Amino acid sequence: MSPIESLVTVMHKLIKILRRFEEKIGFCAALFIFAGLYMGLIASPPDYYQGEVVRIMYVHVPFAKCALLAYTTLFLGSLFYLWKKDPVVDNLCHAAAGVGVFFTLVALVTGSIWAKPTWNTWWTWDPRLVSFAILLLILIGYVMLRALIDDPRKEATYAAVLAIIGFIDLPIVYFSVEWWRTLHQPMSISVRGISISPEIRTPLILMSIGMSLLFIYMLAIRTQMLYLRHLLEAKQGGLLSEPERRLRDDLS
Amino acid sequence: MNKKRSGIFISVVVILLGIGYLIFGKFGENLVYFFTPSEVVVLSPDYHKKKIRVAGMVVAESVKMTPNTLQMRFSLTDGKETILVDYEGIPPDLFKEGQGAVVEGFWDADRTFHSKMIMAKHSEDYMPIEMKEAGVVLPKKDLLKTLQVQ
Repeated sequence: MSPIESLVTVMHKLIKILRRFEEKIGFCAALFIFAGLYMGLIASPPDYYQGEVVRIMYVHVPFAKCALLAYTTLFLGSLFYLWKKDPVVDNLCHAAAGVGVFFTLVALVTGSIWAKPTWNTWWTWDPRLVSFAILLLILIGYVMLRALIDDPRKEATYAAVLAIIGFIDLPIVYFSVEWWRTLHQPMSISVRGISISPEIRTPLILMSIGMSLLFIYMLAIRTQMLYLRHLLEAKQGGLLSEPERRLRDDLS
Repeated sequence: MNKKRSGIFISVVVILLGIGYLIFGKFGENLVYFFTPSEVVVLSPDYHKKKIRVAGMVVAESVKMTPNTLQMRFSLTDGKETILVDYEGIPPDLFKEGQGAVVEGFWDADRTFHSKMIMAKHSEDYMPIEMKEAGVVLPKKDLLKTLQVQ
């Protein structure tokens, strides 16, 4: 079997599964997000200390969690790619990074909007904020590195290595509020227990589930898109390495 | 193609420099994001001209406004030491007595902290007003404890 043929058989199975469930996942995501927004913006009470401003949390926290989920997907996918060299997993990684940029950016912006009325500043050099901004830069760097390399195999390998190195930032983001002195409040759900009352917890959980489903939905769509582009490039000879392509161009 | 590649290459370099700056510049410096009042009172005079942050609890009934000005004074404590803060400006909405605050400014030889910037530090517990009034306490990290030296 030629590399292109084996690529197609492996991918077809995964793409079929993604295609079969993507609409259901998207529908469930919308359902949970609408329920979460209704609960969060209308049905839930204001917080005793922050008042109505606390409602920004229902958007900010799910986006931030999905940003970490996106990077975790990218990290695990990159490990798997280096092990099996499966091109569809590479497409999945590429898609997770692109979607991750979106979630990370929205988490930063909504965090900033929440920070102004509560902390009295849009931005401060707090360890949580800085490590999260680094996460955004790593993701943008990842996407750009991929655009920089022409050879598809080199591109996938270098990108996977970058993603694995960049993973070191993830525990730093997550535990920064526990390890260091921060303006950002510590974790609400931790070994200490849950410090969010049920009325405020419910919309937060609904939004978190909805946003995670939205992430999977976007990941499925984007993976397919990148796969189709990959396939098209393969047909046009894009899967050949640079010297092979030059040889082909010389021969034709 | 070549133009596009060099453009992307420059962008990658800029991003790497950005990450490096955040890690080795601002981030390292801000691993100590704020000092505590106990640390400030023993700070060497070298720090007098440097802008620093101090966090603590606003001591109850310590806030004194000067009428017809933007001047106010209050005490900030970490449970061991208390410092006097001289603030000029409008305090944020969530700045309250008995709550956490981070002040940015200068610790002077007159043993007063001069600040023009207050940030409110809130805790990680969230509940409706009725629950708070009913005296419910959720498990959270004590705000004072978050200020202790580890």
